[in-house]
Amino acid sequence: MSNVGIIARRELAAYFRTPSGYLIAAATLLVQGLLFNTRALGGGAKLSSQVLMDFLRDSSGTTTVCAVLLAMRLFAEERQSGTLVLLHTSPVRESEIVAGKFLSAFVVLAAVTLASLYLPALIFVNGKVSLGHIAGGYLGLLCVGAATLSLGVLGSAMAKNQLMAGVLAAVFIFVLFLCWAMARVVDPPLGTVIAHFSLYEKHFFPFMRGLVQLSDLVYYASVVYLALFAATRVVQSQRWQ
Amino acid sequence: MIVVDNVSKYYGAHRAVTDLSFEIGQGECVGFLGLNGAGKSTTLRLLSCLLLPTSGRISVRGLDVVENPHEIRRFIGYLPDTPPLYAEMTVDEYLAFAGRIRGLSGAELDKQRDRSRGLCGLQEVAGVPIGTLSHGYRQRVGIAQAIIHGPSLLILDEPIQGLDPVQIVEMRKMIGELRGEHTILLSTHILTEIEQTCDRILMMHRGRIAASGTEEELEARLSQGRKLQLDVRGDGDALRTALGGVEGASAVEVEAQEEGLVRATLQLGEGAPEQVSRAVVEAGLGLVGMQTVSTGLESVFLELSDTRTAPEPPPEAPSPGRADGPTKEAST
Repeated sequence: MSNVGIIARRELAAYFRTPSGYLIAAATLLVQGLLFNTRALGGGAKLSSQVLMDFLRDSSGTTTVCAVLLAMRLFAEERQSGTLVLLHTSPVRESEIVAGKFLSAFVVLAAVTLASLYLPALIFVNGKVSLGHIAGGYLGLLCVGAATLSLGVLGSAMAKNQLMAGVLAAVFIFVLFLCWAMARVVDPPLGTVIAHFSLYEKHFFPFMRGLVQLSDLVYYASVVYLALFAATRVVQSQRWQ
Repeated sequence: MIVVDNVSKYYGAHRAVTDLSFEIGQGECVGFLGLNGAGKSTTLRLLSCLLLPTSGRISVRGLDVVENPHEIRRFIGYLPDTPPLYAEMTVDEYLAFAGRIRGLSGAELDKQRDRSRGLCGLQEVAGVPIGTLSHGYRQRVGIAQAIIHGPSLLILDEPIQGLDPVQIVEMRKMIGELRGEHTILLSTHILTEIEQTCDRILMMHRGRIAASGTEEELEARLSQGRKLQLDVRGDGDALRTALGGVEGASAVEVEAQEEGLVRATLQLGEGAPEQVSRAVVEAGLGLVGMQTVSTGLESVFLELSDTRTAPEPPPEAPSPGRADGPTKEAST
């Protein structure tokens, strides 16, 4: 097994040997269920596709919060407990440590995300949506989750404790979230460029409508790559400190 | 095995170690002795590739720690002052993880895990979660992870810290069993530990090597010769006068004892003990006994610490560092 796999497996076990993994999963699914009942299904008669879109929009928020909660412990907790030393004095590259930790958290995030599939399935009780729309929407949720998770990993790599890791991740995500609003008040072509950095409106809304576009996939892959690359550099630089 | 050449390490503007230079040979057991904050842990972290030096060069088996940390980590086992343990894992699971990230797998992993578990006396707690173990067992697990891949260099930072006397004896025995097979570096501020465990001592004070050598060499060098203790029947002033005339005698201390005896202690530099006995007899005093007194490592250490506690100039920011490798300027 590669070093990435060895580290990912240990991290994955850590989520489910402590209450944190279960608590995060339960809280996310609970909030998703409540939002589905109160917001997606509420507010009078709606088209089934509109219910699904509302659910996916709300779920992008819960997925983001879940990703930050899963990521904040990855480096900060190990730094606080001193266990990061074991990895740093073993023949493991910093990029492998970052990739392993990201992979484990993504597996948990994907499991939690897919566990909510019963909610859109309820739409079929009184309505009808295409399976392609659901599949596209969930692919979008996984993309948003991966991107916000990678930003959480970066925050955790930079922070000395979990609280600071969460705050840093929230700041990174909020900046990308604000890009859409900023783009609307900045004249083109700069406004157009800023809009392309928008984490939700520009790149997730097409998934919400069931559209899978290569440009959106490339955007999320780029965010993941750049955030994990930066996290690797941060971890490497800590040897100088 | 290890060559440290003029190494300094700064944490920001704080100077942790300065101008360290020493060599350690294959199979040696070397102890780093110093007060808290002397720079022992920083030195061991530099040697284990956990930190990079601000300036200077460190090579382990000919490999540079800046350029080849990945390769060096393959043959290093490191126990930090706080063992890096995952509380939720059992001892066996943890050792398996430690072995896997050091490249072990399959039957070899099982064999090495059994070996390190046996050496560290962990058979009884193999299936127990680490979080429920006592401090002594945690230290053992920490050592077991450090030796699981059979490293040629074993670095132990304060391995007996927080252990009770029985655990200390067991830990000492364990380190003794590891000697020869591994080059061992350990740090402690407990003098008796160094005396009983190590071949050679590097005394650190304020981030520098204050002295190095075997226990005997350090005692001889730093107490500047032997210390003699005489028990004499007669007058103390007469004894002081007589000893004052002996060439090489210094630091004469005379103390009255019971039953008309006087005890004198003196430092004898290059002089011979028979000159002392002759001077006592010629002064008409009765020499009852004379013996050389070991100053002990503790005295040496206190002497070193004392002579080096004079105010130092404020630390200067380091120069830009190595010209031939990655550098980092400390902020000031």
